[in-house]
Amino acid sequence: MSTETAAIKPEQAGNGWEPNILAFCCNWCSYAGADLAGVSRFQYPPSVKILRVMCSSRVEPAFILKALREGADGVLIAGCHIGDCHYIDGNKNAEVRINNTKKALVKLGLDKRLRLEWISASEGLRFSEVIKDFTEEIKKLGQNPVNEKIKPQINADERRFNASANSLANKSAANVQGSE
Amino acid sequence: MFKEVSDMSDNKSTENKSTVVKDNEEKRVGVFVCECGVNIGGVVNTRAVADYIGTLQGVKVTSVNKFTCSDSGQADIQAKIKEHNLNRVVVAACSPKTHEPTFRACIEEMGLNQYFLEFVNIRDHCSWIHMWEKEKATEKAKDLIRMGVERSKLLEPLQASEVPVIDKALVIGAGVAGMQSALDLADMGFQVYLVEKEPSIGGRMARFDKVFPTNDCSICILGPKMVEVARNKNIKIMSYSEVKAVEGYVGNFNVKVEHKPRYLDVVKCTGCAKCSEVCPVEVPYDFNEGLGTRKAIYVPFPQAVPLRAVLDKDNCINCKACAKACASGAINYDMQTSYTDLNVGVIIGAVGFKTYDPEPRHDFGYGLYDNIITAMEFERLLNAAGPTGGHVVRPSDCKEPIRVGFVNCVGSRDKNTNIYCSGVCCMVTIKNAQLLKEKRPETDQTIMYIDIRTPFRGYEESYNRSRNIGVKFLRGRPVEVKEDPVTKNIKVRVEDTLAGEIRNLEFDLLVLATGIVPNEGISQIQQLLKLSKAADGLLMEAHPKLKPVDTTIDGVFLAGCASGPKDIPYAVSQGSACAGRATILLKNKKAITEGITAVVEPDVCVGCQVCIPMCPFQAIKFDEKVNKANVVKALCKGCGTCVAACPTGALEQSHFKNNQLLAQIKNVFRFEEVAA
Repeated sequence: MSTETAAIKPEQAGNGWEPNILAFCCNWCSYAGADLAGVSRFQYPPSVKILRVMCSSRVEPAFILKALREGADGVLIAGCHIGDCHYIDGNKNAEVRINNTKKALVKLGLDKRLRLEWISASEGLRFSEVIKDFTEEIKKLGQNPVNEKIKPQINADERRFNASANSLANKSAANVQGSE
Repeated sequence: MFKEVSDMSDNKSTENKSTVVKDNEEKRVGVFVCECGVNIGGVVNTRAVADYIGTLQGVKVTSVNKFTCSDSGQADIQAKIKEHNLNRVVVAACSPKTHEPTFRACIEEMGLNQYFLEFVNIRDHCSWIHMWEKEKATEKAKDLIRMGVERSKLLEPLQASEVPVIDKALVIGAGVAGMQSALDLADMGFQVYLVEKEPSIGGRMARFDKVFPTNDCSICILGPKMVEVARNKNIKIMSYSEVKAVEGYVGNFNVKVEHKPRYLDVVKCTGCAKCSEVCPVEVPYDFNEGLGTRKAIYVPFPQAVPLRAVLDKDNCINCKACAKACASGAINYDMQTSYTDLNVGVIIGAVGFKTYDPEPRHDFGYGLYDNIITAMEFERLLNAAGPTGGHVVRPSDCKEPIRVGFVNCVGSRDKNTNIYCSGVCCMVTIKNAQLLKEKRPETDQTIMYIDIRTPFRGYEESYNRSRNIGVKFLRGRPVEVKEDPVTKNIKVRVEDTLAGEIRNLEFDLLVLATGIVPNEGISQIQQLLKLSKAADGLLMEAHPKLKPVDTTIDGVFLAGCASGPKDIPYAVSQGSACAGRATILLKNKKAITEGITAVVEPDVCVGCQVCIPMCPFQAIKFDEKVNKANVVKALCKGCGTCVAACPTGALEQSHFKNNQLLAQIKNVFRFEEVAA
């Protein structure tokens, strides 16, 4: 374990650009695997933020697109190994969905920023290694182009949209309350 | 989005009205950052995190505690809920997998719905893994908590549901751990089905000669227990049977058990073994670790329970001699595999272990040279009911060995096989050396070990006794094992690491202390019960320290070596522990399950039925009258597969709704903007 903790040396840390990766982890295997990586102090870069879902099959393509649009440099979906799914075969559905999403992302040139991994509750070391590896890969790809080119435009659009949506929501909420 | 869910789903419409009202309430969030001693506080600047989080919209109060889970930490949460009239609580601490229930109960005491808690993991997923990057860890903690705060504002109240528990139990595996579970549950008055794949109950312990550290005869202490199990009115033994399918959930598991045909009527058979006497077929006797032979029709061993013969059809030559010899006419060659469907509330998995097989890798020459055997084979040689009637002889010439070498850690503590310590092999070797010394004091024994591990009561004393009676201990692992082609003696080259010299030793017999490895069929049980398997192939418990016999599946428990190497007292304790844990459910007759399920918004549902084949639990029914999908809450496990598949967004997963997850996704990245 000591060799693991020493994997990132203090002087190396903090240098250079750190990607922003969103990891969807299933509650039963991968989230627990990430917990085990923590308990075992398997160090990995602070590039990743974990979002817990009950099953990897909960992750909709829309979530991935949303994350990429918001500027995620990488999106990881981690679930139980095939055959180990807490919900029998949710991960098989996830596999189909993520692979299809990946195909769609090819056209946008963002497909390499999406990754699907099976990480069990006992694979703390593997979890840290997947994160390290993915982070390295994303570093090679560089920043999500959305951040520079598209996001300012999106943000402006969104602000306008939100303003109108808010006024709509307020109206409908008033209606619902009024109906009671 | 805030529309009522119609009567189609099981959702009570009143619940949803309250959701509507609550959703329009001002969100008053309290954020509680835990330092976890120095676990978080030593890396993450919790004060800076709290100050930043305090600037977020809706956050009314932030608090930093040394230990939020402590009494004073929880009291702080409750006081702040009262003081600031909080309606959402965010706890940023360790893992929800261990501490979510604690804080849910804490806020529920204050009248808040328990699902108004949002748990952010800034220890396992932040401070512990970024120990050298304090600043980045602090920034990451801010992001993680911001995600949690934004999600918390969108959380909706849910009710955990109760499910009835059938007060019957299934125990898989009738080794000493499984038998203990069955006996304890039966003694508490519950009906127990005890399924064992072998023709007799008893498990591995029935094969041991003596058991350490007191060296009592194994079958003499196990036999009465086996009889006790058979006599108990509440236990139904299903021997020579296997679990083939498990469906359902805590409180109501539907289990299909396959009964392999014994090819004889167990009611008529008396276990007299007359059939064995006349059977002309001899095959290696698995009970004796393949030493000696048994017949094609045989009684498993003299103390077998049930004491009934079994016909091994694979080796039967169909001579029908047994049918003629059987006085009670029990033999039935046309017997078919049969099945029983069980309905139980809890399942205890005590599927046991097997010993490491050194044959494929020829560890230390096993399988290449005659006079190298495993500790289990040695055990059977020592046993009075074994193939040699208790005479320890070596395989090449059936002579009694004088110089006997023992090698420890075969298939354990070895990165080429299993890295873990099997725990019991040191004591097995020490015991075997003692027993041989007692039988024949003239023998000379040398135990080659890496470390001797004798942690429990009476173990160290047993180790000392071995030294006192002249067993030699040599610290070192053999580097070369060869056979003398003439004498068939085993020549071992080993470094004595204490003396710092190479020794060349010659033995008449070499015994390998093989470690504990997962049993065959463990993968099948793992998949049937939906358990997790660790990297070492053994099953995982819910928590290694605090829930050692629970699993992540409610109502399923593990006893014995299925979840790691154990000695007999430990396995028996776990058997009892499982019975105790199971009794909580069986006695209460109800279990609390998470309120997280899929919910259909009927106004949005277009009746496309995409979701229906998606559900692994067949929980979505199609209501043809109104052309809408309908989730049966009792069957829904809340995975969200269907939700992600729904093309119109009519399906939502409670507590993991689209807007809740999107709020989190959105807040992963906008550090500067949100701060502004």
